[in-house]
Amino acid sequence: MTDLSRLVDTSHVAICCGTGGVGKTTTAAALAIEGARRGRNTVVVTIDPAKRLANALGLDELSNAPHAIPRARWDRDGRARPGGHLHALMLDTKTTFDQLVVKYALSDEQSAQILENRFYRNIAGALSGTQEYMAMEKLYELHDAGTFDLIVVDTPPTRHALDFLDAPNRLTRLLDHRVFRFFIVPTRATLRVGSRAAQAFLRPIARVVGSEAVDDVIAFFRAFEGMEEGFRERAAAVNALLASSETKFVLVTSPRRDAVEEAEFFAGRLAEGAYAVDALVVNRVHDHYCSISPDVLRERAAQLASVDRAVVDSPETAARARLADRYADLAELEEIATRERAELAGLEERVASASIVHVPELGHDVHDFDALGAVAAHLVAGTAPGRDGSASVPDR
Amino acid sequence: MDLERFCASSRVVIVAGKGGVGKTTVTAALATAAARTGMSVLIVEVEGKSGLAACFDRPSLTYEETELRPGLRARTLTPDDALLEYLDDHGMRRISRRLSRSGALDVVATAVPGMRDILVLGKVKQLERAGVADLIVLDAPAAGHAVNFLVSARGLVDAVKVGPINKQATDVLELLHDAARCQVVLVTLPEETPVNELVDTAYAIEDRAGVALGPIVVNGCVTARSAEAGHTREAIEADAAVAGHTISPAEVDALARATAFRTDLRERQVAQCERLARKLPLPQVRLPFLFTADVGPAEIDILADALAAGIGALDPVGAR
Repeated sequence: MTDLSRLVDTSHVAICCGTGGVGKTTTAAALAIEGARRGRNTVVVTIDPAKRLANALGLDELSNAPHAIPRARWDRDGRARPGGHLHALMLDTKTTFDQLVVKYALSDEQSAQILENRFYRNIAGALSGTQEYMAMEKLYELHDAGTFDLIVVDTPPTRHALDFLDAPNRLTRLLDHRVFRFFIVPTRATLRVGSRAAQAFLRPIARVVGSEAVDDVIAFFRAFEGMEEGFRERAAAVNALLASSETKFVLVTSPRRDAVEEAEFFAGRLAEGAYAVDALVVNRVHDHYCSISPDVLRERAAQLASVDRAVVDSPETAARARLADRYADLAELEEIATRERAELAGLEERVASASIVHVPELGHDVHDFDALGAVAAHLVAGTAPGRDGSASVPDR
Repeated sequence: MDLERFCASSRVVIVAGKGGVGKTTVTAALATAAARTGMSVLIVEVEGKSGLAACFDRPSLTYEETELRPGLRARTLTPDDALLEYLDDHGMRRISRRLSRSGALDVVATAVPGMRDILVLGKVKQLERAGVADLIVLDAPAAGHAVNFLVSARGLVDAVKVGPINKQATDVLELLHDAARCQVVLVTLPEETPVNELVDTAYAIEDRAGVALGPIVVNGCVTARSAEAGHTREAIEADAAVAGHTISPAEVDALARATAFRTDLRERQVAQCERLARKLPLPQVRLPFLFTADVGPAEIDILADALAAGIGALDPVGAR
């Protein structure tokens, strides 16, 4: 297993993906801190970070623009390489989308029409996929600004998070779609036939969702006319950035079976898009404490707990019972350490060419710079034990 | 309050929580525990993930019900399924496939926020009304989507003033607001961030969705048998000497570090449970951390036992 130091040193974009609850945002923040400490001008794009982590990153309010984090906070020992900077932002999906509309609108009137449209507001605020899309849009914007050496991007915690691979295409596909053509038919062609066909199609929909909603959709598509080209070009540019060799994908997971299965799903999705998993980060892995098998430890616990050759109330029995408890506790920790490695084996084989790092269960929440720094140290120090679980570097 | 009374207190239980807290495991355990009391139970899975099936050693679930154990069935109910069925039910069978194929369905569903959620909940309501099971356990989408999921009905009643969707949303609101028909069980972990997020979610659900909250399930609570015994090397060596147990220095070291880790973790977890209790006056049911990386039928049985015991120990006044 190799560590992530090369990735942090050389890549331009690092995209952290994975299912919810596996420490994706934490990993993204830790990678960014490490990047800054290694002298790179770094920015991390977070999506819905936990409150305390957001506070630590100085993201107390919605901050859709990069916000510099004072050096003193991420370089407490003063040993970071000079030249590094750390910035953070919290993605504001709606604002990002609004800015995009304004950018590509042909006139102020057109952008105003779209921004006021109820259908647009639903898409911008809530449509699944929009968050992914805007994360990529924000990434491109930061890349395009040309000021950052390293851009670390967190992705939304949904199964559809990898829709971002597809997200830039999504709107253009919608625009290309016959539905779109269909909805704008009444304006473009005054042919009664087209209009009548549209009516026949729209009437039943209106019966279900109400005619207001249908009117909103039609108004949206009409307002959008003429902007397709701009969006299409932008999507192509984002795709090129994602496919570039400077962009690295970091798959984040925990060692529990459900998370590993989701990670395998993500790895499959990436492969479908011909993207490689460049790094696999497994958070909260239980370390081995010794090289004795759980079965042997449990046996020792059972032997010590048996009282057949001692008087029940003797100090010896009490000492044996205490030792038995300790062996039983250790046996369970060894058991889970072994099981987790077995659980990960298939996934690790699948992404064998990636840097693979295990971050040990730290036993506490990670929401300040010291704790993030500790995670970062694990990410670049490669503390992961071998696959057989025999050689382990304890975390304390 | 015994488990039977808890399970009989509402016909729909919605299990909600953030990703990674074990919501799906708790859904499986609760359904198993209820089925053991002789009730017929139906699990409804809304995200099309494989986790629930894996809890019962099945490859996947389908839109058709599958029997997992005697008295326990499960099915999926994704928004797309629900929308197609809804259109079929409303005399649009002929156009529903065409709408779906052309992508128009996506556009329409987007036009009305919460439409997908309301279709899922509407279908759940229909199942409840049809009496398909004594208890329906719904594995809700991960929070914060859980809050949106539950408030979508109210938004829709306002947004779509007439027609079948309005009727659907009104019916769903009735279901959600009736504690005798529906309650939400929130799941969390005894850790700082999950506790904070759970508290926010709980208040949002009570205030904005008006849904009754059942007990909080705190998942993944570790025990430390050796907490009292002491975890210093000296304590271990002293016990080994008294017990006449030969032990290598490496083993002493392993025991010391492992027991210190567990004792420490347990103390922090207990503190988080207490903090949760101070912030949220709801009864807590604590489930043990399982030292297995995977959760299958054997683990679900253990958790079902713990859940039944935990609910059994609740104060009947505090629990709804």
